[in-house]
Amino acid sequence: MNGRTNTMELAGAAMVASLLAVAILAPHLAPHDPARAVASTFGDPGAPSAAFPLGTDELGRDVLSRIIFGARVSLTVGLAAMAVTMTIGVAIGLAAGFFGGAVDFLLMRFTDVMLTLPALLLAMAFVAVLRPSLLNILLVIGLVSWTQIARVVRAEALSMAQRDFVLAARALGASSPRLIVRHVFPNVTPTIVVMAALGTSGTLLLDAGLSFLGLGVPPPTPSWGRMIEEASIYFRTAPWLAAFPGLAIFYAVLAFNLLGYGFLRRNRRAGRGALR
Amino acid sequence: MLAFLLRRIVFGAVVLIGTSLITFTIAFVIPADPAVAMAGAKADPQTLAAIRHQLGLDLPLYLQYARYADRALHGDLGESYVRRESVTRLIVDRFPATAILALCAMAFSLGAGIPLGVFSAAWHDRAPDHLTLLLSLALVSLPVFWLGTMLLIAGGLYLRSFPLGGYSGPLSLVLPTLTLGLGSAGYYARILHTNLLDALGQDFVRTARGKGLSPARTLFKHALANAAIPLVTLAGLDFAGLLSGVVLTETVFNWPGIGRLAFEAIFNLDIPLIMGTVLFSALLIVTANLAVDLLYAWLDPRIRLGTPR
Repeated sequence: MNGRTNTMELAGAAMVASLLAVAILAPHLAPHDPARAVASTFGDPGAPSAAFPLGTDELGRDVLSRIIFGARVSLTVGLAAMAVTMTIGVAIGLAAGFFGGAVDFLLMRFTDVMLTLPALLLAMAFVAVLRPSLLNILLVIGLVSWTQIARVVRAEALSMAQRDFVLAARALGASSPRLIVRHVFPNVTPTIVVMAALGTSGTLLLDAGLSFLGLGVPPPTPSWGRMIEEASIYFRTAPWLAAFPGLAIFYAVLAFNLLGYGFLRRNRRAGRGALR
Repeated sequence: MLAFLLRRIVFGAVVLIGTSLITFTIAFVIPADPAVAMAGAKADPQTLAAIRHQLGLDLPLYLQYARYADRALHGDLGESYVRRESVTRLIVDRFPATAILALCAMAFSLGAGIPLGVFSAAWHDRAPDHLTLLLSLALVSLPVFWLGTMLLIAGGLYLRSFPLGGYSGPLSLVLPTLTLGLGSAGYYARILHTNLLDALGQDFVRTARGKGLSPARTLFKHALANAAIPLVTLAGLDFAGLLSGVVLTETVFNWPGIGRLAFEAIFNLDIPLIMGTVLFSALLIVTANLAVDLLYAWLDPRIRLGTPR
């Protein structure tokens, strides 16, 4: 990475840091227990008030506290799923790009097949089969989102594999694994960093979507997506129940997008591939 | 051109076979016994065995797949376990609603994204560009289902100008189209912005300017034509993403399309319907990609002639 730091990147980094802080410090920041009925309005959602700034839900639980604790699940799933995504995508991309030939052909046709399936639909089917749990969900999200990364990394590795410095290292007797790890991979990292930031916004959205469809991390763990789904019967009487958790998702996704596009601005070359 | 066409069609067929293998695998590992789903939990073993035999579930796996593939090629995707109706029939019935929604959303996202991208490229690195950049990033970051919910509350409950869901004439299309299209609009604006800046740095633009063409004319006649073509391709390739959004949008708006059908199928573990909807989505995506490939080859001779770019 070179070039000047830009505002987008800084704003994104600050927002991501604030999210991490909220998630880590949740027990200290949340004014109430997220899983307990703390309002007297049991049975009806309570409007935002001085005691409950974002209102309470139909079970009398504090919405603000639930959103604060929800950051833990969302970030865990989002970041861990991204790690799975990157591991699969980078491994497949590097292998295809570096070895070329039949390996490349087979891996890329497999990638094309996966690209042809709508990620959400596939994730829904997998989660329904495996039953929703934290581990299953982040694995499934990882399993359906690696295609883009594999393609981009492959394209980069393909151009790297023929460069003089790689050929020189090969002539000196370096083995293929060593060439990939020590010579090709480091040169692909700028692209990987960009893809990781942008990819996290994708995994966050996918997780939220699954939760909204009732296929997220099971209750009583508060999750932003499910809060919106649960609020759907109170649209008329308590629109804030759906509004605030959505703003939280929006904030988190925007944070990672700003970070990713900020990196992009700094490193145009990495950006070329990452946007496709 | 014919060779190119054939290559793309063969490739599409290979992708579809791969897709069907994946969906078949998913269906096979689903922990639900279709015989129990049809006959009820209290059915005696003989009945269950008879149903399994009738469905071909006692055959070896590769024969089951061959049977499924053979029927699918003849347009028969089996019968829904829960609804007891033909899967093909259900999909054909629901398809028009999804097609209208997807086309409107695509038209909207290109119609809004292209001007936005041109605007920001024309004001490159000045305040209007930064504002559009922020706007498009915000649009990309909106969770589809939340945007839909908020539009429903604002437009349906407060303004009372739009129906609260379902499919009832052109007015009911407005909110779902916005829900599905706004995110892509932001995305296309970003991509077009990058492509335009690329195009503006190239020789033919300098030539055009050198001939005395005005900046505006150069931008619209020369640069935009070159920058917008990849965008159309991208829109075609993005079809898979669009269909993911369709599932959420249709759920929020109670839209009688394929997306909600797939959602119901997965919720009921209705295996033939899950396989049918996933396979049909793949078919749509493969067709969209093929159409885009052809369009692209027609627009850009370098591709159909196979010369390296």
